[in-house]
Amino acid sequence: MDLRALWFVLLGVLLAGYAILDGFDLGVGILHLGARNDEERRVFLNSIGPLWDGNEVWLVTFGGALFAAFPDAYATAFSGFYLAFMVLLFALIFRAVSMEFRSKREWRWWRRGWDVSFSAASFVAALLFGVAVGDSMLGIPIGANHEYAGGFFDLLRPYALLVGALNVSLFALHGAIYLNMKTKGELQRRVRRWMWHAFGIFLTLYLFTTIVTLAKVPRALGNFQQMPWLWALVAVNILALTNIPRSLFLRRPGQAFASSAAAIAALIALFGAALYPNLIASSLNPAWSLTVNNASSSAKTLKIMAVIAACGMPFVLSYTAVIYWVFRGKVELGKFSY
Amino acid sequence: MHLNVVALSRLQFALTIMFHYLFPPLSIGLGALMVIMEGAYHWTGDKEWETLARFWTKIFAVNFAMGVASGIVMEFEFGTNWATYSRFVGDIFGSALAAEGIFAFFLESGFLSVLVFGWDRVSKRMHFVSTCLVALGALFSAVWIIVANSWQQTPAGYVLVTHNGMTRAEVANFWAVVFNPSSMQRLVHTVLGAYMMGAAFVASVSAYYVLKGRHGSLARKSLALSVIFGAIAAFALPISGDSQAREVARYQPAKLAAFEGLYKTTADAPLTLFGIPDDARQELRAAVGVPGLLSFLVHGRTSAAVTGLDAFAPDDRPPTVACYILFHAMVIMGLALAALFGFSLWRLRGGKLYEDKLLLKGLIGSVVATMLANEIGWCAAEVGRQPWIVYGLLRTKDAVSRAVPAQDVLISIVLFSIIYVMLAAIWLYILDEKIRHGPDEATEAEEHPHGWIEAAARLASPAGGSMAEGEDRA
Repeated sequence: MDLRALWFVLLGVLLAGYAILDGFDLGVGILHLGARNDEERRVFLNSIGPLWDGNEVWLVTFGGALFAAFPDAYATAFSGFYLAFMVLLFALIFRAVSMEFRSKREWRWWRRGWDVSFSAASFVAALLFGVAVGDSMLGIPIGANHEYAGGFFDLLRPYALLVGALNVSLFALHGAIYLNMKTKGELQRRVRRWMWHAFGIFLTLYLFTTIVTLAKVPRALGNFQQMPWLWALVAVNILALTNIPRSLFLRRPGQAFASSAAAIAALIALFGAALYPNLIASSLNPAWSLTVNNASSSAKTLKIMAVIAACGMPFVLSYTAVIYWVFRGKVELGKFSY
Repeated sequence: MHLNVVALSRLQFALTIMFHYLFPPLSIGLGALMVIMEGAYHWTGDKEWETLARFWTKIFAVNFAMGVASGIVMEFEFGTNWATYSRFVGDIFGSALAAEGIFAFFLESGFLSVLVFGWDRVSKRMHFVSTCLVALGALFSAVWIIVANSWQQTPAGYVLVTHNGMTRAEVANFWAVVFNPSSMQRLVHTVLGAYMMGAAFVASVSAYYVLKGRHGSLARKSLALSVIFGAIAAFALPISGDSQAREVARYQPAKLAAFEGLYKTTADAPLTLFGIPDDARQELRAAVGVPGLLSFLVHGRTSAAVTGLDAFAPDDRPPTVACYILFHAMVIMGLALAALFGFSLWRLRGGKLYEDKLLLKGLIGSVVATMLANEIGWCAAEVGRQPWIVYGLLRTKDAVSRAVPAQDVLISIVLFSIIYVMLAAIWLYILDEKIRHGPDEATEAEEHPHGWIEAAARLASPAGGSMAEGEDRA
């Protein structure tokens, strides 16, 4: 396999890892204010407490890998979306410190304040990730010099906001499915209700986004003609999505979570299939787009990085498995809790 | 008002990296001490070591969260503010950052959760293994980030290639990139600085407890360990610094000349302790130093010539005044810390440390000096590289993002400043609370109106010692 294509796929894997793992803790954050009292909120926070930090590392590693494999795309995207990235950074900072600081005092206003900032930051981060995907699908104004030629508000187009909303609903659904595994009793019954609501909202937005995408972004299907096997991704996506209500109905929370994780992975694979070989499509002139070919590092670096990934990723996956195993089961509030 | 995007981007980078750098050295240093404490518990079975390990783990967790939150900013900022730089170095610098993520961050953040939340979920042995892995992860992270930064200081193992009409550096020899001329020297010095940070922090808090008569043998154990560990780091630091300076003289002679305020290339070059660099007259005024010592330290003989700033075009010289002051401030603080920890070690051996109130106060204040020395040392390293962002290859002024207007950077600077001030205040507040509360068995927090932060801040200021004494008598 071509090294550039390999790195396109590996970036997709890192992004999918991030979306599946941080997706559920962002989702818990989005739902956080729905908890009725302090104890319920602490259950929510402690359900993700030991895990969110490691989940965020997937994003950091995605950023590093993009920098290493496709430096031009990293430079263009990060400088072009300057203010959007700053907002994202502030959201991620607030999420981290809200969780860390909230439990340190019992004052009502203190906990309230951190609750609101935690939830709002989770919402904003999820929204911005979706907006970024939407803008990537449409293409953005990239000039002949590979630099972004628009402003902050050019990014907030209706389609991009639609994908943003889709992502918020997807993470809320994923978070609710996660909480269903971690909670019990009355709280779990309520979480189950939210799960169905989130699923309804997500499904509506999903169908709508699909229609708009097919109408507005004809390029999205380009690769499907040459590589008909890509339709298998569509099939996986639909099967995974339909298995969510099935497993909820059959009371199999683990299977529901696996299904929503698979649905997220398939959505990201579809996003990659629609984009390839572009990394950032220029809406001004297709020849100015940043592609895996014109934006990549040298073949040597891509090879070194592949060796680094091959050495490192087995460890990463095994630690992740160990940590999730250690923290399996329902949340119990104890003396080490938030 | 005309805003300069280069100046603003530099200001923002300085602000965000200096804020970030408050946390990683403490994580690295405290991590190493936690390994020793928990290891001592396993070795001796003494429960007090476990109590201490648990206490420092809680502090470590708060510090680590701040490090993660401020660290993500750094990872993104190369792209947001320094896009032209990113295009130039991505082939080399990017790999180091990605390797840091894969080898270090996953290890650190994953096992940190076992450390903090896992005391009653995993076996003691597994917990100790996790502590070791977190400390190792923190160390790996230092390795990769210093490899990346050192490549900017002393580029090696690259070729310049034209790509999309722009020159960029591509990797020619990966191991030459990793073991570039400065990376190992700088790694040793930085990690020792981080160990010193951990030691001074633990010593400061423990000395505060001993001085207040709290936590008895727990505080004394913790203090003894940190004094021994700190003394080793404090003595090793000048030795590593000296060997690093020889490397700087060889590969970045302009930087060394600026550090030493050496305007003219000269034999018998002096090593100065004080002086006022005067750019206009191109000389170091009111210099107090030893003639020939710099020549001797660099070349092994006093008659050898040391390259001065006059060997470089004015455009290629780093800002001498800033470099001279930063470098000397670091050296003076480092020597003062070596003296303090050396003396404390001697008193510890003689069994007099716990009664020596003045020395205990010095140790409480040492945390501030160590943090400053760490920050200032990095500033010296980075300012000394100017006007280059990649030494000899790319100038800082040519490295900024072309797509980012100055007012956007101004907006982000204002926001970062507000948020970081707020976070720093809350961080100090929570740290202070945890320290007042102390290791788990104690619940005497409310009896101590003057917290550790206040004590450290007062004792670190020049007039602090006497003020604190007056306060205590009152």
